[in-house]
Amino acid sequence: MEQHLTEIIIFTALFLLVSGMGFVAARWRRPTDLASLDEWGLGGRNFGSWITWFLVGGDLYTAYTFVAVPALLWSAGAMGFFAVPYTIVIYPMVFLVLIRLWSVSHVHGFVTPADFVRARFGSPTLALLVAITGIVATMPYIALQLVGIEAVLKSMGVTGHLPIIIAFAILAAYTYQSGLRAPALIAFVKDTLIYIVILVAVVVIPIKLGGWDLIFDKAQEKFAASPALSDGTLLNANNQLQYVTLAFGSALALFLYPHSITGVLASRNRDVIKRNMSALPAYSLLLGLIALLGYMAIAAGTTPIGKDNNTIVPRLFDQMFPDWFTGVAYAAVGIGALVPAAIMSIAAANLFTRNVYKEYLKRDASDADEARVSKITSLLVKVGAVACILFLDTGFSIDLQLIGGVIILQTLPAVALGLYTRWFHRGGLIAGWVAGMTAGMVLLYNIGNPVTGKLHFAGSAFPLEKLGLDTKMTVYAGILALAVNLIVAALGTVIARAVNAPDGDDTTRPDHYLADEGDPRIKDLDFSPGAPRSH
Amino acid sequence: MTVPNGDQRDRSDRSPWNWLLLVPIALPLLPFLFNSDEPRLFGFPAFYWLQLAFIAVGVTCTTIVYQMTKRRR
Repeated sequence: MEQHLTEIIIFTALFLLVSGMGFVAARWRRPTDLASLDEWGLGGRNFGSWITWFLVGGDLYTAYTFVAVPALLWSAGAMGFFAVPYTIVIYPMVFLVLIRLWSVSHVHGFVTPADFVRARFGSPTLALLVAITGIVATMPYIALQLVGIEAVLKSMGVTGHLPIIIAFAILAAYTYQSGLRAPALIAFVKDTLIYIVILVAVVVIPIKLGGWDLIFDKAQEKFAASPALSDGTLLNANNQLQYVTLAFGSALALFLYPHSITGVLASRNRDVIKRNMSALPAYSLLLGLIALLGYMAIAAGTTPIGKDNNTIVPRLFDQMFPDWFTGVAYAAVGIGALVPAAIMSIAAANLFTRNVYKEYLKRDASDADEARVSKITSLLVKVGAVACILFLDTGFSIDLQLIGGVIILQTLPAVALGLYTRWFHRGGLIAGWVAGMTAGMVLLYNIGNPVTGKLHFAGSAFPLEKLGLDTKMTVYAGILALAVNLIVAALGTVIARAVNAPDGDDTTRPDHYLADEGDPRIKDLDFSPGAPRSH
Repeated sequence: MTVPNGDQRDRSDRSPWNWLLLVPIALPLLPFLFNSDEPRLFGFPAFYWLQLAFIAVGVTCTTIVYQMTKRRR
């Protein structure tokens, strides 16, 4: 631990600095009153292009991504690079969808995706399913942010769970006080640090190692020598389909996660969202460069601590940089975990408040009640995430996160397709959700990994062989589960209509999906007590 | 708050420019286009530099669509 003293001092100093910012954030952009979800949970719904860029960027590209993606390239090669096509296709794909979501949410005052489903399909049950799916998918994601911090601490020789508990306690305290304003403000520091560290890394490390040519050649050598057939610096005939479906499926899932939607709904108007669809890919470039740190680690002969591949990147930094800069890099990863963890806990808390508490426990909850319940829930969510890390194996969190991606996809028919069509019957959507969830679980359960000897939940690449097809190709399990969901939802809708099953009311109108800032239908956000609200 | 239907400011989000968004969605999902080592650029195999270049394609297409479909206020 002594040899890492400089790193620890710099890490701690930067960590304390942003914690201070987190508390001060409550006063940033001077809200008159924080006691409503629009203020506490969505930062006043008034963020411009720059803040949104930092906030959503800091939210989507998490600390875990920054350590796990290069670790994947380090161990498996080209397959790990799926993160790049994933984060390219996402923006053009959601470009037109998110502005519709923004408009209808601002007209009706929706805070969560489940709020929208409730109003669109007139079904509290369907909304509850969407809310639970969101919460369940988000929890392990928060836990994984802790894995990111842990990888850095381990590399500094700091072991034990106490430091992580302290870090999360501080995070919980300022999120409680400042709400979404805290991660929004901290994101500026986090992203600036990450950009500096990575730009330095991709210039300095290749020079030290003798150039990019050599780095890629060394990686090729490593994979050629390994017994596994699926690795390599290029894709092979069997994993191309998996690469494409994983990139596409992950992209479909990303903006269904409640924390992504929270970032979008906090923006001021439709143009802010559209501009960010062009600006956010800057982070994709950063992620692509970060991914290649995995190959640099191969060329530099970096070894992980024990069997924890997530320590590859921190170890590489330690090997290549002077101590003080390694400290900065570690702080970037550590702070990088705080921003998404805060937003995710806020999003999960909002889901509970709006779609469980207000719907089922206290119908007449006031704005202040909602904010209070959300604040407390955000604390509980973080306790849950810490418990995940303390009491469960880290590998289990990664499994849960894998499952999370597959299950959040099952809300696509109601949330994403629902923005475009009211054709589906609520009964059909519920049946589709049940079928998709079941199919997803069965598929994941049947994915094993012969190399590690793990029989179940060992990844997301489902061998088509198991469906009786004569091929060695694999496909992303989430896509298959979604297909089952859609088929059942469509059939269920046809049947429900045929037997005249009662359908819910739709309180949205076509023009609600087009409204923009300055429109009289967009609500004034300074709700006076007792002002009419339509949800 | 009631607003008459058919409000004048409501323009649909439809535009022929939107089709341009399909380009950056399709390109990165066609591995036969980029799954090769040669030609290398600055030492990067084609697989890596081409996919990084697709980021620029994505930015260009979304920027064009945004500029061409902007609403006048």
